Amino acid sequence: MELLRFATAGSVDDGKSTLIGRLLHDTKALFDDVIDAVAATTARRGGEGLDLALVTDGLRAEREQGITIDVAYRYFATPLRSFIIADTPGHVQYTRNMVTGASTSDVAVILVDARHGLREQSHRHAALSALLGIDHLVLAVNKMDLVDWSQARFHEITAEFAVLAAKLGVSMVMPIPLCALDGGNVVDPSPHTPWYQGPSLLEHLETLPVPERAHGHLRLPVQLVIKPVLGSGGGSGAGALAERRWYAGSLAGGTPAVGDEVVVLPSGTRSRIAAVEGHAPAVRIQLEDELDVSRGDLIASAHLRPTVEPHLVAQVAWMNDKPLRAGSHVLIKHATRTVKAVATVVHDKLDVTTLVADIDATELQLNEIGTVTFLTALPLPVDPYRVNRTMGSFIVIDEVTNATVGAGMVGAGSVSS
Amino acid sequence: MISAIDLTHDAGQSGRAEPLHRRHDRAADQRLAELEAHAIFVIREVAAECERPVLLFSGGKDSVVMLHLARLAFEPGVIPFPVMHVDTGHNFPEVIEFRDALVAEFGVRLVVAGVQDAIDQGRVPDPGPTGSRNRLQTEPLLHEINRSSFDAAFGGARRDEDKARAKERVLSFRDAFGQWDPKNQRPELWRLYNARVRPGEHLRAFPLSDWTELDIWRYIAVNDVDLPAMYYSHRREVVERDGMLLATGPFTPPAAGELAFEETVRYRTVGDMTCTGAVRSPATDAWGVLAEIEQSRITERGATRADDRFSEAAMEDRKREGYF
Repeated sequence: MELLRFATAGSVDDGKSTLIGRLLHDTKALFDDVIDAVAATTARRGGEGLDLALVTDGLRAEREQGITIDVAYRYFATPLRSFIIADTPGHVQYTRNMVTGASTSDVAVILVDARHGLREQSHRHAALSALLGIDHLVLAVNKMDLVDWSQARFHEITAEFAVLAAKLGVSMVMPIPLCALDGGNVVDPSPHTPWYQGPSLLEHLETLPVPERAHGHLRLPVQLVIKPVLGSGGGSGAGALAERRWYAGSLAGGTPAVGDEVVVLPSGTRSRIAAVEGHAPAVRIQLEDELDVSRGDLIASAHLRPTVEPHLVAQVAWMNDKPLRAGSHVLIKHATRTVKAVATVVHDKLDVTTLVADIDATELQLNEIGTVTFLTALPLPVDPYRVNRTMGSFIVIDEVTNATVGAGMVGAGSVSS
Repeated sequence: MISAIDLTHDAGQSGRAEPLHRRHDRAADQRLAELEAHAIFVIREVAAECERPVLLFSGGKDSVVMLHLARLAFEPGVIPFPVMHVDTGHNFPEVIEFRDALVAEFGVRLVVAGVQDAIDQGRVPDPGPTGSRNRLQTEPLLHEINRSSFDAAFGGARRDEDKARAKERVLSFRDAFGQWDPKNQRPELWRLYNARVRPGEHLRAFPLSDWTELDIWRYIAVNDVDLPAMYYSHRREVVERDGMLLATGPFTPPAAGELAFEETVRYRTVGDMTCTGAVRSPATDAWGVLAEIEQSRITERGATRADDRFSEAAMEDRKREGYF
């Protein structure tokens, strides 16, 4: 796969916007008119040259306050790979936006200021990234120029982060000393770090292995049932098959093949695949038997089925002003199904700085994370989040306002263990 | 200040040494396949969860790609929603012809929300015969969404187009007044799209969010997607105004002191004739355009849309009001 999605976390004070601006600038992803606009704004504010931080902050309020509020997506490509950056905010009150950006990322770049080292925010970013299943972190130690490119300082921060990563169960960590302001070790190597033999940030992003997302066992959450237009000739088979319904969806695992034995969940009815069309992962399939299958059902491998049960135990990141407590009624959207649910137990709450679980907690407030059990009105077919991100994740929706108020990861308890 | 772009001379001199987009490029095709699958997923989700979606369709390249993706999403069935064109009344006539032909070919119903109607009915002020009608599109758009009770509108907007768009969700919520609240967007996790709205509210759905201009052109080239002819090189009478080449016509007569001249041009976007500029180009097909864009160093909107050049926050302000 040639597309890498990575999230950047850190505050504006750490130089995150400057780092992204630098990456885009030095890979020639910025167009002339954008550079002209940035130069003009820099000059208007009494600065000189290009304030690369201005490239990324898009909203009026962000420019006024000098902070990042919401995720911004940026695109650039090199001859080796194309990239999508989810530039996420660092402040605790915008945690939900950081989680939004991290949820679709393969890698997280965690930025720290070499003068300050790891701060509470760095701990939270690392913990949230690990919780969301990102097992490849880049520790970008920025503003190395302000500590005289000190190797000792770099190693001090790196050692501290290694302890944190081990606690989080993150296996891959790449620390890089850099300076976003002068570009050292961002795209090109810095002349100030003869003691550093590793790659620049871009070189690392260009060559690290992209996590494989295709899982072995067939999982097709049904999005739509498509009735062929008669006489359209859309089916691959002859006669009755051409008139049969198609089940359309995006593969959450496996590769469907004609003849494969499948089970429709939650009903448990079995059949075989009769036809497959489309470009994976967006496919449509027909089954050999006429079954009652509708949106929300899961077509899965008959041999390796997900767990189907009405109790969901999950790590939940809460994103609403109104706390989540035992007895809270909500909607849960899992794969393509939305069901009514009630929180039955709030087991614990995680302190993302110390990684200690508070087992006396009885509610989750805005931006808090904890283990919660929900009882769902219909049993949901789930896989552990660590095994399959799609089949192991869900969102919580407020029944009244329709707002997305939480994110859940099934069986993702390793962080607080 | 931006000067008129001369791609015929720039090509080959600026940019990277190695072109990223070639005819045989497995990595690029793999990326396109992933973007296509994601767009189809979003289109299917919205169609399944919303009662009355509509696809915003201008005849421009992004909306044409959207219509193709919608067809793929529902094959071998029919596209289960109509398309809507917000017509400024100042569109290029060849784009309107193209729009009507494509809608007929795809067998979808076309709803036209006219800026002229809004002016005639006094819902928006008349900017005069040659004034820009781009900003006036918001009212007829929201009027028609309201009148037809549409609860989701698909758009072809991309995050690489503008700073404000870079921040917008794939499913972007609009309140009962059609407004976007950029500081309070719904969290959007994984691919779990929350398409729930209450009566009067609606969603804007952007399945092409992660596509770049290059992706769009590569998709058009690889899949042989038909576009209005003005996207490719042709001779046209133009005037040079504010560093842009504008086609002369009933709504854009040459101003005092301006000289009309014939030029070999193509368009990078097709919008209101009064503010959509052309670029000098010899590219006669999508591969040619792709090669040119690869080399060009000016963004699509910066080059050819006068309406986006006024302020850094121009797009955010228009989006807040309900613009697409």
